[in-house]
Amino acid sequence: MKLTPGNKKLRITFLAMLALALGIFLAGQVYRPALAQNPTPTDDEVNRIAHQLYCPVCENTPLDVCPTEACRQWRDLIRQQLSKGWTEDQIKQYFIDQYGVRVVGEPPATGLNWLVYVLPPLIILAGAFILFRALRAWTKSSKAATAAGSGTEAPRDDYVARLEEELKKRK
Amino acid sequence: MLAEIGYGILVVTFFVALYSVGAAIYGDRKKSAAMVESARRAMLLTWPLITLSAACLIYLLVTNHFEVSFVYEVTSRSMPTYLKITAWWGGQAGSLVFWSWLMSAFASLVTLRKWDRDREFLPWVIVVTSITTAFFIGLAVFYENPFAFMWFDKTGQVIKAMFQPLGSIPVPLPADGNGLNPLLRHPGMIIHPPMLYLGFVSFVIPYAFAMAALITGRTDDRWIRITRRWTLVAWLFLSAGLVLGSRWAYDVLGWGGFWGWDPVEIAALMPWLTGTAFLHSVMIQEKRGMLKHWNMILIILTYALVIFGTFLTRSGVLSSVHAFAQSAIGPSFFAFIGVTFITSIALVIYRWPELRGETEMKSMLSREALFLLNNLLFMSVLVVCFWGVIFPLISELVTGQKVTVGPPFYLRATGPLFAGLMFLMGIAPLSAWGRSTFMTLGRALWKSALASLVITAVLFFTYTRNAIALTGFFLIAFVLLVTLVEFMRATSARMNTQGENFLVALWTLVGRNRRRYGGYVIHVSMMLMAIGILGINVFQIDTQKSLSQGETLAIGDYTLRFNDLKQFPNMVNGQEERYVNRAEISLYENGKLLTVLYPRYDVYPDGQPMTIPGLYSTLKGDVYVILVNWESSSASLAPFKVFINPLINWLWIGSILFIFGILIAAWPEREVEPVAVHSRRVHQTGSAD
Repeated sequence: MKLTPGNKKLRITFLAMLALALGIFLAGQVYRPALAQNPTPTDDEVNRIAHQLYCPVCENTPLDVCPTEACRQWRDLIRQQLSKGWTEDQIKQYFIDQYGVRVVGEPPATGLNWLVYVLPPLIILAGAFILFRALRAWTKSSKAATAAGSGTEAPRDDYVARLEEELKKRK
Repeated sequence: MLAEIGYGILVVTFFVALYSVGAAIYGDRKKSAAMVESARRAMLLTWPLITLSAACLIYLLVTNHFEVSFVYEVTSRSMPTYLKITAWWGGQAGSLVFWSWLMSAFASLVTLRKWDRDREFLPWVIVVTSITTAFFIGLAVFYENPFAFMWFDKTGQVIKAMFQPLGSIPVPLPADGNGLNPLLRHPGMIIHPPMLYLGFVSFVIPYAFAMAALITGRTDDRWIRITRRWTLVAWLFLSAGLVLGSRWAYDVLGWGGFWGWDPVEIAALMPWLTGTAFLHSVMIQEKRGMLKHWNMILIILTYALVIFGTFLTRSGVLSSVHAFAQSAIGPSFFAFIGVTFITSIALVIYRWPELRGETEMKSMLSREALFLLNNLLFMSVLVVCFWGVIFPLISELVTGQKVTVGPPFYLRATGPLFAGLMFLMGIAPLSAWGRSTFMTLGRALWKSALASLVITAVLFFTYTRNAIALTGFFLIAFVLLVTLVEFMRATSARMNTQGENFLVALWTLVGRNRRRYGGYVIHVSMMLMAIGILGINVFQIDTQKSLSQGETLAIGDYTLRFNDLKQFPNMVNGQEERYVNRAEISLYENGKLLTVLYPRYDVYPDGQPMTIPGLYSTLKGDVYVILVNWESSSASLAPFKVFINPLINWLWIGSILFIFGILIAAWPEREVEPVAVHSRRVHQTGSAD
């Protein structure tokens, strides 16, 4: 085709449209993650986080099973935070900041709370140590007893030896 | 009228119990058999008295006497009669009377035995059991009176009292009561408190004998032999109570599990832990005369934990330390536990030299040593549980900050300890009293260990790669194999030597060694329970979704389709007892229809909901569907939560076998009683007669 002025305009328009299309396509690739909001988090995604949190009001009730209105609202809050892209740790930290450390199932190891993690192993080890010492003492004392008593064993040993011989013969 | 009579009887019973304590002490000190007998009769009298008082209370409950505060709190017109009766233990005040009723019943049972050989124990057994009975009756008489009426004081606040307080007016007769907490209207929950209380109360008996032994100086193992069966029965009831409570939680709490490491659950578990340690440890004292101090300490701990467990669940201390202090009951419990514990320990210290036994142990791998290791592990679990329950209270008291100690802590801390106990269950039966070496134990064990490894390898390739599960399955297989081999070996030995056939040999074997083989059956049953516990803890999966009518959801190999939702009131005695929301779900596995399930939730007049799952139970596991009650539901859209709980039914199967095992172990054998025989002098002359 000859490049007449009419053709030229057509070509330029065509190229411009192509460029625009490409531009939109590329822009869509770059901006898609931000534009496409996370789809509404499923109940399971909410529960996965709620399961690790505890109702700030009720006793020892995980947030995913607590039936109160307040807990419903807190689960909805988690849903919103998830759809905004918050991470699990961010959400948990938010609840801790708002309602205190009682919302998580294990106290953070700070201050007095160290005792939770340290005291039981200490006591158990102490118990094991006492037991071990006692067992050692008892086995030692019994060994000493048999050693001391061996002098008087001789006649019995004699008898035992004869008995063993008899039994061997009968076998 | 009846309320005043019932209360009056309780007051009388309180003083009769106190008299029994005083008379027993006096009779023992002054060597007066008559006084001791009087004390015994007084103690026997408490049971019919409490029964009468309880009968008054039950009558009031069943006939809707809502002017009585307790009746108002726990019954309502729409409740069926049998539930009104069980409401006796459905609230604080009534359950105190129930506790006392059981305690006096068991104390009476104990005093009806033959005392000829153990006369010196009798007064002190009476003292301990009567003090305990008096304590619980005293709480009812002075603090939580089930017969109290309701009054408005000058400020309009409701107060509970038996007799009209000055300046108050009676509350007008309520038209209807609050009704029993719907969660308690379930067969499991009806039997669970009685079972637990039976377990608690029966552990008081060995404790009473232990105290009697300490006080009288008869520190040999006579007290253990007498209470051997009591201990087993106590352990049976406590274990049954724990299992029933778990089943109830599984059935009506709607969170897909059976044990949440809730402080109230742990409160009942703790005496079970020391009780189990005690069961094993007394065998060492019986067989080898060792550990007399330790057995005393164990039974004292068990008693303290029994009262402490009752205290934890009843005093409100768990919701807040401050609630505890303001309640009437909390400080009394605390004081009682403190006084009895300190007194008991003081007695042990006083008798310390006499409790010295034959501490001879030939080997670190002997059965005695392994039993001691068993005790160490149980005590360790106890330490973890106790600390986990107490720490939040301490934290609140010291820092004002509430913390939660939840399942992750307990699972992580107790998991390895329970694994250790399972390992011991495998090797201890093969160890010998007195002497065992690595060689003898190893020789006895290696085949079972190898077979268990093979089984674990098979599971690795076919079922799971999870390390915890595989360790658990290895230990379970190990214990099962070792125990079953023990049965087979001993049975075949009998078959060879006695010429009996298999069944007769097995029957005779078990009959002649009930404790040992009953114990083995119990170990086997615990391994079955362990299968269920592992299954649900490691492999549980769940999903939640709102379904429109006809929509399906998929989980694992299963598909569930929401067919319909019906909503209607349930009428009892012409009243709406509850409003039912019942869904219909079709359950498919790999496309094939398995069954139709009806998960529902009921709303009671006081607004309380109760969630009942639709359950499809097989040996493979449960499909557990609940209609989520905190979201709105209708026939067009309803929220469901589905759990797949693999292997869970082995837990319940194991617990039935468990009861069976305890019955075997506890079944009475004809005791060989020494009897005085008068020898006849044969006349030297003449023929024999």
